[in-house]
Amino acid sequence: MQYFVQQLINGLTLGSIYGLIAIGYTMVYGIIGMINFAHGDIFMVGAFTALIVFLILGALFYSVPVVIALLIMMIVAMLLTSLYNWTIEKVAYRPLRGSFRLAPLITAIGMSIALSNFVQVTQGPRNKPIPPLVSKVYSFDGISVSLKQIIIVVVTVVLLALFWYLVNRTALGRAQRACEQDRKMAALLGIDVDRTISITFIMGAALAAVAGTLFLMYYGVVVFSDGFVPGVKAFTAAVLGGIGSLPGAVLGGLLIGFIESMWSAYFSIDYKDVAAFSILAIVLIFLPSGILGRPEVEKV
Amino acid sequence: MNATPSSSDFILQVEHLSMKFGGLIAIGDLSFQARRGEITALIGPNGAGKTTVFNCITGFYKPSEGMITLNRKDGSSYLLERLPNHEIPARAKVARTFQNIRLFSGMTLLENLLVAQHNKLMKASGYTFLGLFGFSSYRQASAESIELAKHWLEKANLVDRADDPAGDLPYGAQRRLEIARAMCTGPELLCLDEPAAGLNPKESAALNELLNDIKDNTGTSILLIEHDMSVVMQISDHVVVLEYGRKISDGSPQSVRTDPRVIAAYLGVDDEEVETVLTEVGDEAVIEQLDTGPDSAHGPGSSASMMAGPVSDSVEHADQGERVTVSRGASKAAQVDARARAAVASKPVKPVAAAKPASPAPAKPTGRSPTPKPRGGRK
Amino acid sequence: MAVTVSPESDTVATPIQRAFREALYAGAVSLGLFVLFIGLRTDQNISNELILVQRWGLLALVVILTAVGRFLYVGFGQPALERAKAQKAAAPAVAAEPSFVRRNFNKIGIAVLFLYPIAMVLLFGFQGSLKWVDNFGIQILIYVMLAWGLNIVIGLAGLLDLGYVAFYAVGAYAYALLGTHFGLSFWILLPAAGCMAAFWGVMLGFPVLRLRGDYLAIVTLAFGEIIRLVLINWREVTNGSAGISGIPKVSFFGLISFNVSDPNYISKVLGIAQSGAYYKIFLYYLILLLCLLTAFVTIRLRRLPVGRAWEALREDEIACRSLGINTTTTKLTAFATGAMFGGFAGSFFAARQGFVSPESFVFLESAIILAIVVLGGMGSLGGIAVAAAVMIGGTEILRELDFLKTGLRWGDTTLIPGFGPDFTPELYRMLLFGVAMVVVMLWKPRGFVGSREPTAFLKERRAVSGSFTKEGHG
Repeated sequence: MQYFVQQLINGLTLGSIYGLIAIGYTMVYGIIGMINFAHGDIFMVGAFTALIVFLILGALFYSVPVVIALLIMMIVAMLLTSLYNWTIEKVAYRPLRGSFRLAPLITAIGMSIALSNFVQVTQGPRNKPIPPLVSKVYSFDGISVSLKQIIIVVVTVVLLALFWYLVNRTALGRAQRACEQDRKMAALLGIDVDRTISITFIMGAALAAVAGTLFLMYYGVVVFSDGFVPGVKAFTAAVLGGIGSLPGAVLGGLLIGFIESMWSAYFSIDYKDVAAFSILAIVLIFLPSGILGRPEVEKV
Repeated sequence: MNATPSSSDFILQVEHLSMKFGGLIAIGDLSFQARRGEITALIGPNGAGKTTVFNCITGFYKPSEGMITLNRKDGSSYLLERLPNHEIPARAKVARTFQNIRLFSGMTLLENLLVAQHNKLMKASGYTFLGLFGFSSYRQASAESIELAKHWLEKANLVDRADDPAGDLPYGAQRRLEIARAMCTGPELLCLDEPAAGLNPKESAALNELLNDIKDNTGTSILLIEHDMSVVMQISDHVVVLEYGRKISDGSPQSVRTDPRVIAAYLGVDDEEVETVLTEVGDEAVIEQLDTGPDSAHGPGSSASMMAGPVSDSVEHADQGERVTVSRGASKAAQVDARARAAVASKPVKPVAAAKPASPAPAKPTGRSPTPKPRGGRK
Repeated sequence: MAVTVSPESDTVATPIQRAFREALYAGAVSLGLFVLFIGLRTDQNISNELILVQRWGLLALVVILTAVGRFLYVGFGQPALERAKAQKAAAPAVAAEPSFVRRNFNKIGIAVLFLYPIAMVLLFGFQGSLKWVDNFGIQILIYVMLAWGLNIVIGLAGLLDLGYVAFYAVGAYAYALLGTHFGLSFWILLPAAGCMAAFWGVMLGFPVLRLRGDYLAIVTLAFGEIIRLVLINWREVTNGSAGISGIPKVSFFGLISFNVSDPNYISKVLGIAQSGAYYKIFLYYLILLLCLLTAFVTIRLRRLPVGRAWEALREDEIACRSLGINTTTTKLTAFATGAMFGGFAGSFFAARQGFVSPESFVFLESAIILAIVVLGGMGSLGGIAVAAAVMIGGTEILRELDFLKTGLRWGDTTLIPGFGPDFTPELYRMLLFGVAMVVVMLWKPRGFVGSREPTAFLKERRAVSGSFTKEGHG
C-alpha cells in the first residue's frame, strides 16, 4: 500500500510536467487545428534556458537562495521560450495559415528538427548535469515525498489555476475561445485573430518553459534531444484527454504519469512507454475523440 | 392504414421508424411506402427530420426502432436497418445524394462516375490482382464502365466537361453530376436530398428533365426531399409530409397541397390564425365546422380532444407514440388537428364534454396531449 | 523569410525605411533568441562541472547577419518578387508548350538513373565511385522507395501515418532475423518481409479505422514508437540496442555471389579484378528496380478500382460509403500496400547495411519520409523522387563540403575565410535539413508538383489543379 501511494506520488509529479506541456499542444490545436510538433523542443529550450540562467547565477553570485534562483530561472525561461514560440509561429506557421493542412505540420516537424539541432550545435551534444537544487525529502509513515515533488505539484496547481482564470474569466480568454469556435466570425467581431493566436503560442510556451525548469530541477540534467520523448508523451496526453480540451490535457498528463510510474513499479520499466502508447491506442478505439474531447459528429 | 398490398408493389416500406439522438426524438414512429417506378417526395419544414429519414434508409444512422424494407425487382428483400452502411448501395441498390454536395472534387467528372462503379469493377479486376497484371477481362470491364459513365454524363449534359475536376463545376452542374454518379451505381431506389436547392430556374428545369428521364427510362424509383414546391408538385407522384419527425400527411400532390395541416405546418400559423388559414385553403367542411362549433380556443379544449376520434392514421400513430418531442404545441399541424378535432367532436359530444368540465386540462389544447389521462379516456 | 503583416504606416514609409525598421526588429528578436544560446556555451571543465564559455563576437555576427538579411529581403527581395508577380499577371497567359525535358521527364529520369553508376565509375574509377553510388545513389533511392510507399497511404488514401518507419523496421528485422538464423536467401525473404510488413500494416489499420486527423497521427506515431521500443527491449530475439550484425549479402539469384570467399564470387565468375564496388553497383540496380516496381504498381493501382477508391476516400469518405465502397477494406488495403513497400525497402536496407539496430528506425526517419512526400507533392511520383534527391542528396553533400573548412580561395587569396579545420559540416546537416523543410514548405505549400494526374480521361488528360484536391481528414 505504501509502495502504491509512493508510486501515485511519483506519477503525480511526472503527470504534472506532462500536463503542463500538453496544455501547449491542446491550446494550439484548439485554436488553429494543427499539431505544433516543435512544442516538445520548445520545452527543451525552456529547460536549457533555465540551465544557462542557473549557470549565470552561479557565476555572478556567491550564493543565491534556491527559491529566488528557481523563480529567476523560471521567469527568464518563460520569457525566452515564449519569444521562441512566438517567432516560430510568425515565421513558420502564419504564412501557411489557411493553406494545405499538412504544410504547417511539415514546417512544425522541420522546426522541431531545426531547434533540437540548433541547441546541439550551439551547446554541444553532451548531457548537461547540474548539482541538485533541492534535496530535502520528507518521510510520512514510510512514504517519502521529496521537496522537489511538492514544488512541482504546487507550481503546477498554481499555474493551472491562474491559467484557468485567464481562459475562462478574461477578455483574452474569451477571444481565444471565440477564435477556437470560428476564426472568421471572431475576426468579423473585431477580435485581432493574429494577436490572439500569437498570445496562445506565448502562453503555451510559457507553460512549457515552466515544465522545462521543473524537469531540470527534478532530474538535474538536460540534453538537446530531451524535447522528443516528453513532447511525444505530452502530445499523447493531450490526445488521450481529448485534444482541444484543457481539462483533458491535464487529465491526460496525469493519466500518462500514473501509467508510467505504475507500470515501471509493478511490471517492467523497459516497457513503460509501450504501456502508455498501448493504452492510448486502446482508449482511442473506444473513445475516438479522447476522454473529454468533443465527439466529432459525422454530419451527413 | 391501407390494406397491405403485395409487397412487390412497394420498393420501400418504412414501418414504425424512430430515431432518437440522446433525448431528442428526430423521427417518431414514421411509416410510409414508396411505390416502384414512382417519384415519392418527402417534404416538410426545416428540422422536420427528412434528412434523418434518408440517413436511416441509407444506413448512415441506425434507427432506434422500426423496420425499413427494400424490395428489389428480382424479388429479394433487404432490411436496410440491418445492413452495414456500404452494403446498402452495393446489395440493396439504394443510391443517394447529399444536401451539401459531396463530390470527389479533386477528381475529374469521369473519375467520379468510375468510382461509383467500384464494386462492379472490383469484381472485374479480380479484386485488384487480375487488373494489376493487365488481364483483358478487366480492360473490357473498364471500357464498359467508361461507356456507362459517358452515357450518364450525356444525360446530365456534362459530357463536354468530362475531364475537368468536379470541384470546378458550377453549382447546378455539381448537383446533376452527383445524381449521375448515384445512377452509375445502378440503383433501384435513388434518394435525392434537396436536389433543387440553390438552383436557378433554368437549372431547376434541367434537373426536372433529368429526373423524369431517370424515372421513365431506367425504372429507378426516386425518393426525394425537396423544399421547392414547384419541383415537388411537377414531378412527384406521391408526397409524404413530415413535421417534427412525424407524418402529418401522405397522398397525391393535390391532396397534400390542400391538406390544412400541411399548410399550417408550412405557414407556421398562430392559434388564432388557424381559422384564417383553413378559410384560405378553402376547406369548406372545416369552415363550416368552425363556424358552427364552439369557440374552441376558449372552450373546453381538452375534453374535446379527449373525446375526439382520430382524424387520420398518421395522427393516431402520433397519439399512440407517447414520445412527444420538441416543444409541445410547437407543431402547427397538431394545432390544426386540435382545432379540427374540436370542431368535429364538439357538435355531437358537446353535452358529454360539458358534463366533465373538471377533467384535468393540459396547458395547451393540442392534439398531442402529453398526459396519459385523455388517452385512457378515449379507450 | 516570412512576410510580416504590415501596419498602416507602411503605406507611407518608403521600402527602404520600412526595411530598416524591419531589420531593427529582426535584429532585436534574434538578439533575444540567441543571447543565451549563441552568446554563451555550456561546457564541462576538468572537474566535470558545467562552466559557461562566452562568445559575444559570434552572437554579434549572427544578430547583424539576421538584421542585414531582413533588410535586404524587405528592402529589395520583396519588391522584386512582387514586381515579378505583377509582370507575370500582366503578361498574356501564353499556354507555354512544356519544354522537352519536362515532357519526357520520366523517361529521361529513368535513363539517367540507369546510367548513373556507369558514369560514376567512368568518372571516379571503381573505388572512387563507391561513395557516389552508395551514399548518394542507394541512399536516395531507398528514401524514394519509402516515400513512394508512404505516398500510397498519405498521398492517395489521405491517411496521415506518422509511424511509417515501423514497417521499414519490420522488413529489416524480418530479413535480418530470418537471414541470419535460417540462412534463407534474399529472394525468398524479400516477399516474406513485404508480407510481414503488410500484415503489420493491417494490424495497425484495425484500431485506427475510426480515427481521424490528429488522433490517427498520434496513434500511428505511437505504433512506430512501440515497434522501436519492442526492438530495443526484446533482447532475446532482437539483441536489443546492439542490433543484429552479420546479415548475409544478397546474391545474384544464387548464381553470382558477392562474398570474396565463395567459389562463385563475381570476380572469379567473370574473371575481373576484385572490388567492393561490384556489390554496391549491384545493390544500386536492385533498389532501382525495386523503386520502379513500386512506381509501376502505384501507377497501375491508381487506374484500378482500388486505387480510385483510395483517392475517393481522401476526397470524401461519406460519399464513398454512399456509393457502396467498403471503406474499412479500402483503408486496410492502403495501409497494407504502403506497409508492404516499406517492408521491401527495409529488407533491402538490412541487406545493404549487413547490420540493423533500432537506432535506424527512430521517429525522425518517419518525419523525413513524410516530409519528402509532402515536399514532393502528395500523390506525385516524380515530385517525390525530386524531393528525395534534393533533401537526402542535399544533406549528404554537406559531408563533402571541404571548402567550408578551408574557405573559398582564388589562387593564393582567400575570398571567404573558412571555418577552420575543426569545423564539421555534418553537425549542421540536420539543422539545415530542418530549416530547408520549413523554407521549401513556405515557398511551395503544395509541394513541387501540386497538381494531380487524372487516372482516366474521355478526350484529353488534363492535370487537376492542386486547389481542388483534398488532403483527407483521416
